Amino acid sequence: MEYEPVIGLEVHAQLLTKSKIFCGCSTEFGAMPNSHTCPVCLGLPGVLPVLNKKVVEYAMKMAMATHCRINEMSSFARKNYFYPDLPKGYQITQYALPLAEGGYVDVETEAGRKRIGLTRIHMEEDAGKLVHDEHLPSSYVDLNRTGVPLIEIVGEPDIRSAEEAAAYLRRLHEILVYLEICDGNMEEGSFRCDANVSLRPKGQEIFGIRTELKNMNSFRNVQRALDYEIKRQEYILESGGEVVQETRLWDDTQGVTLPMRSKEEAHDYRYFPDPDLVSIRVDETWIREVEGTIPELPLEKRERFIREYEIPPYDAGILTTSKALAEYYEDVVKVCGKPKIAANWVMGDLLRFVNEDRGDIRTCSISAVSLGDMINLIEEGTISGKMAKDLIQDMYETGKPPRAIIEEKGLVQITDEDALTGIIVDVIRANPTQLAQYRSGKDKLFGYFVGQVMKATQGKANPQLINELLKKKLDQA
Amino acid sequence: MELNQLTIHELKEKLLSREITSVDIVESVFNRIDQVEGKVHAYISLLREDALRGAAGADQKIQEGAGGELCGIPVALKDILCTKGVKTTCGSRILQNFIPPYDATVVEALRRAGAVFVGKANMDEFAMGSSTETSYFGVTRNPWALDRIPGGSSGGSAAAVAADECIASLGSDTGGSIRQPAALCGVVGMKPTYGRVSRFGLIAFASSLDQIGPFTKDVEDCAIMMNVIAGYDPKDSTSVPQDVPDYRAFLNRDIAGWTVGIPREYFRDGMDPEVSAAVKKAIAVVEDQGARCIDISLPHTDYCVAVYYIVAPAEASSNLARYDGVKYGYRAENCRDLLDMYKKTRSEGFGAEVKRRIMLGTYALSSGYYDAYYKKASQVRARIKEDFAEAFKRCDVILTPTSPTPAFKIGEKTEDPLQMYLSDIFTISANLAGIPGISVPCGYSGRGLPVGVQFLAGHFEEGKLLQIAHNYERHAHIERRRPEL
Ligand SMILES: [Zn+2]
Repeated sequence: MEYEPVIGLEVHAQLLTKSKIFCGCSTEFGAMPNSHTCPVCLGLPGVLPVLNKKVVEYAMKMAMATHCRINEMSSFARKNYFYPDLPKGYQITQYALPLAEGGYVDVETEAGRKRIGLTRIHMEEDAGKLVHDEHLPSSYVDLNRTGVPLIEIVGEPDIRSAEEAAAYLRRLHEILVYLEICDGNMEEGSFRCDANVSLRPKGQEIFGIRTELKNMNSFRNVQRALDYEIKRQEYILESGGEVVQETRLWDDTQGVTLPMRSKEEAHDYRYFPDPDLVSIRVDETWIREVEGTIPELPLEKRERFIREYEIPPYDAGILTTSKALAEYYEDVVKVCGKPKIAANWVMGDLLRFVNEDRGDIRTCSISAVSLGDMINLIEEGTISGKMAKDLIQDMYETGKPPRAIIEEKGLVQITDEDALTGIIVDVIRANPTQLAQYRSGKDKLFGYFVGQVMKATQGKANPQLINELLKKKLDQA
Repeated sequence: MELNQLTIHELKEKLLSREITSVDIVESVFNRIDQVEGKVHAYISLLREDALRGAAGADQKIQEGAGGELCGIPVALKDILCTKGVKTTCGSRILQNFIPPYDATVVEALRRAGAVFVGKANMDEFAMGSSTETSYFGVTRNPWALDRIPGGSSGGSAAAVAADECIASLGSDTGGSIRQPAALCGVVGMKPTYGRVSRFGLIAFASSLDQIGPFTKDVEDCAIMMNVIAGYDPKDSTSVPQDVPDYRAFLNRDIAGWTVGIPREYFRDGMDPEVSAAVKKAIAVVEDQGARCIDISLPHTDYCVAVYYIVAPAEASSNLARYDGVKYGYRAENCRDLLDMYKKTRSEGFGAEVKRRIMLGTYALSSGYYDAYYKKASQVRARIKEDFAEAFKRCDVILTPTSPTPAFKIGEKTEDPLQMYLSDIFTISANLAGIPGISVPCGYSGRGLPVGVQFLAGHFEEGKLLQIAHNYERHAHIERRRPEL
């Protein structure tokens, strides 16, 4: 029988607000354990939470960017469970009345474009972290992360393959980073994903029994874990068995999913409205205010690049992977006015430098203006494309603008016909054997002569002019 | 009269005329404490040195012509209020050594007003009780009859004022925990509107019901205390940004033309006849002053206790989850693993009544029971609130007994939680509806035990309560007795 996977993803994204969701502590990552804490996030007796308005705004941005409906009234609830990284014994989250509901994102896979529905987006607080001592039977509790704001993005079970799941995650990730509300760092846990997976015979409408997958901390692992889980469930069903509804953890080293101990998941969270917080009211004015701060999103930008700059969809895709890169590219185009050539340089040499050094386009030593001007120099004929290859390397290493380097090194292209003709004559004279072979019909040797002239001019000669003059001289019997 | 027996307004006059000093008052209070605290046990901890130092500072301020509303006045705090650097136990073993690094907002307000703190008053563990018998630190005795309870949960705060072991005190009221002990100890006690006084630093029992309020020797002092503690606090999201009137402006006014609602559901058979008689006399007094008393109905009254004993334990079960032995407070010894530590710590750290309520609340919130209990209770709670809204369309205030009986004997109801829960039958509704209430002494039983009358008003109508309570106090001519200790 042919089975169809049904996948729904839950994404937790840490928001980039400066302070925590219910107190004034810093959200900065990597500080000394428990240095970013106060009575409120430590859950001391008698303290009360006060909602950080910025968190609501950030969550609203994501809701708007994913076409969700923002509820005029939403509220917080308590999710009760005991764990040492949860100082109050409950997590403040949204339950019955989330901030936003019913949105979607469009994703592209090899099979084409597909719309994935979003059930809801809600706000909540993160828990702390346990650090286990391997040598002692004890653990340490670090509560710096306690109260760092999160949004949970709950997707509809619209996903039908691991590939689609990865594309969906990349889309959410891209939007979050574009909105500058999440740094998207999966290893540090600021972008986390859980998945619900079930299989059903193709054509059947009712869902099969699902498992929940956790602990996948990279896009690649999500895809691997889902592929594994789909195969595992397929095998069970094929051999007449039944999938057990359970939570399973992805084991990266073994490349398998393993069931979580049932004791750890037998929770009754006893949700109820948090009496310490009042309802969140979002009115039209606030919505319009936040709407005004939403930048052009990746998909729109991609389409505009294709339309406006007439570059191939592939180029537009790469150039819009980050907002910073897209801005850089547009700045280059502004200076040189040659969108396709600019795309080639940005995607080629520039991204290679940046990626090799694991750098950041925002702090790249070649400014967009410099790169644009370099393209202008080629277009003007001041330097050749080949010279530019060396020039850009120098620009990257020194951070100097192209014209300064050209001046320093005297790198101006030789466009003087008489001077070049002289050099060509010398080259031909110095290679009588090759000349004879060429003249006897070995056309391929033309390239050899071009190379020799280039060498003699240290690459400064205009290639078109070389071709023209060389042809003339060689063919002069 | 000794200084410790006087009211805030009487002492303020003497302080400002330089007739006495704050040190004199504090010494007088601690003399009294030395004499009677062994019998009453109103306090969990005393702050003698701090108080004397505070008094000296207050005297300095008065000399300079500065000093706030309560400058130099000795005040007691229920041990549920966090005090920076001072042990705050909430009457529980689990917090027996807890020292908060911060002041509750009301404590800050009192400090700013110049109050001097005498000590931390005894209370039912986590405010769960109506008799102060569930305290881990022993029972408080009613100053009027040492074999009887002072009421609860703020029994220590009420007894301290009644026994003149302080001038005024603060308590907290979740279902009657200020008004009931005030009635049983013969003092004035007010529960303000939910949101009128900041809950920041009040150790939570049931967050949607808890409210801090004063115990005082008369209504004028109550107005003075309210002037200091009422107001919006950005640290408490449920506090309301509404202007605070000068509560003293409501004193010495008449109530001619007022309509006073007498809810028939609060005057049924089975009420103690002496309480009933004292409250009927109070009705006559307000009528004498020109108010019209009318029969009203609060139809959902019968559900109040049931609703309360779902909502309050449900919130408590969550509020008390933080006492797990991980970060602060009591931690059991010799634990095998994490689960064992949780179980032992909470089994040993909490008393029986607290455990009973945690279990009740946990059950009420459990999946499969939530709709039948918590959700249903919340719906009925909305009806109870509507009852009052309807009633206040017809009357200015409501008059009821505060407690169905005078103080009962220590141990009398400890074996029967349901009987104990019924002692809050007249006070619970105000917490469920979020409205303010005040209890004022209205006479004595044949045994000489105080009886209280309760006035209730609409949201943020504390002024009206003070107006009628003060008017009543002036015209009821209740014999001013003092407990013999
Ligand atoms: Zn904090």
